[in-house]
Amino acid sequence: MLSAYIPIAMFVAVATGFAIFTIVFSNLLHPHKYNKVKLEPYECGIEPATDARDRYSIRYYLVAMLFVIFDVETVFMFPWAVIFNKLALFGLIEMMVFIFILVVGYYYAWQKGALEWV
Amino acid sequence: MIDQVLIPLLKIVIVLNATLVAVTYMVLLERKVIAWAQSRLGPMRVGPYGVLQPIADAIKLMIKEDITPVRADKWVFTAAPIISMVPALIVYAVIPFGPTVSLFGRKVSLYITDINVGLLYIVSVASVGVYGIILAGYSSNSKYPLLASLRASAQLISYEVAVTLTLVSVILMAGSLSMVEIVNAQYNQHVWFVFAQPFAFVLVLIGGLAETNRAPFDLPEAEQELTGGFHTEYSGMRFALFFLAEYANMIVVSSVVTTLFLGGWLPPFPNVGALHLLYYVPSWTWFLIKSFLFLYLFIWIRATLPRYRYDQLMRLGWKVLIPLAILNLVVTGIVKVMLM
Repeated sequence: MLSAYIPIAMFVAVATGFAIFTIVFSNLLHPHKYNKVKLEPYECGIEPATDARDRYSIRYYLVAMLFVIFDVETVFMFPWAVIFNKLALFGLIEMMVFIFILVVGYYYAWQKGALEWV
Repeated sequence: MIDQVLIPLLKIVIVLNATLVAVTYMVLLERKVIAWAQSRLGPMRVGPYGVLQPIADAIKLMIKEDITPVRADKWVFTAAPIISMVPALIVYAVIPFGPTVSLFGRKVSLYITDINVGLLYIVSVASVGVYGIILAGYSSNSKYPLLASLRASAQLISYEVAVTLTLVSVILMAGSLSMVEIVNAQYNQHVWFVFAQPFAFVLVLIGGLAETNRAPFDLPEAEQELTGGFHTEYSGMRFALFFLAEYANMIVVSSVVTTLFLGGWLPPFPNVGALHLLYYVPSWTWFLIKSFLFLYLFIWIRATLPRYRYDQLMRLGWKVLIPLAILNLVVTGIVKVMLM
């Protein structure tokens, strides 16, 4: 069973090798004429005054939290869907309860305004 | 030894090369189709009708100066395009281009490997690509890439929830996560899942557009507001790797949609005896034709639709697609139990 994963490991090695090879290879070909202005970060011609890594909107954090919750719930549904034919009605009712709890949480997040962007 | 190492390695090399060629010609196709949509000619100079343009582009990107900005985090800056590209390529390991066939007196399967969690593998590996984007934006230490990478990752994870939820109903139909088994299930049930799951098909297609940052969801690279997106500071080969990853992801989405909804390598109406002569066409041809249709659709949509606003994008993802996906799943489950 595990042998099915050997080609994947090989593919990872080949793809990574290819990426590193192209970067190294082009490094041999391209010119290296650098100067101060060329190496500055792009800022429409103005010298950057501060570090770019500033505070950013809390909403991104909120989206990440919601993602973690919903994606983990989804992962629980994968094995259920695979053996659904064996579980039949019992499995359906069980999953309805699960989805109901999920939807209640979703409704709560909606009402709290967590899904609003502006 | 031959079956374990050599044949998979040969397949990997073929798939890798085919992908690279497909990606470069995808760029040409996109430029051509959009040019035609706008009554222009597109690239015409390099080769007849511009057919050698991708090769010229590749050489140009190879010998372009590659700049690492002084403020950037040097190693992460180099690692980000690699982290972005490798997942986009290794997804092809589980995509079935055809069934097992006899080739030179040896049974050869037209897929690199068939694992029993194929679809889960695709979903999880494809989402690793987000790390490449976020690391690129963060390590650039420049305002626009950072903003763009935040936008991109928020968009990708939002739509991933909807797409993954929708895929559950496809798994429900097929009863398996293996990509080969999903195609076989469509053969055994005498229906392509696009007809059994039309809502899921549309949801996955919309989600796929958003996951690959394509128009109308191309906010992470909105040229007018973000000067190019998370790869603003990139140049030369490292930029090319990002580009490659993006187009490779497009091909992945088309291949996955083809496999899940359009019967993968199966010819049209695979169970109708009168149309049995369609089996004389090699199976992978059907796969390529169907995938190509989706790639063309992606370009067509880009040439047609304007870009979403960010709050509209988030609203569509969280307030429309997710409820629809849950609804689709519930209805599928109920109908399936009723038919038992």
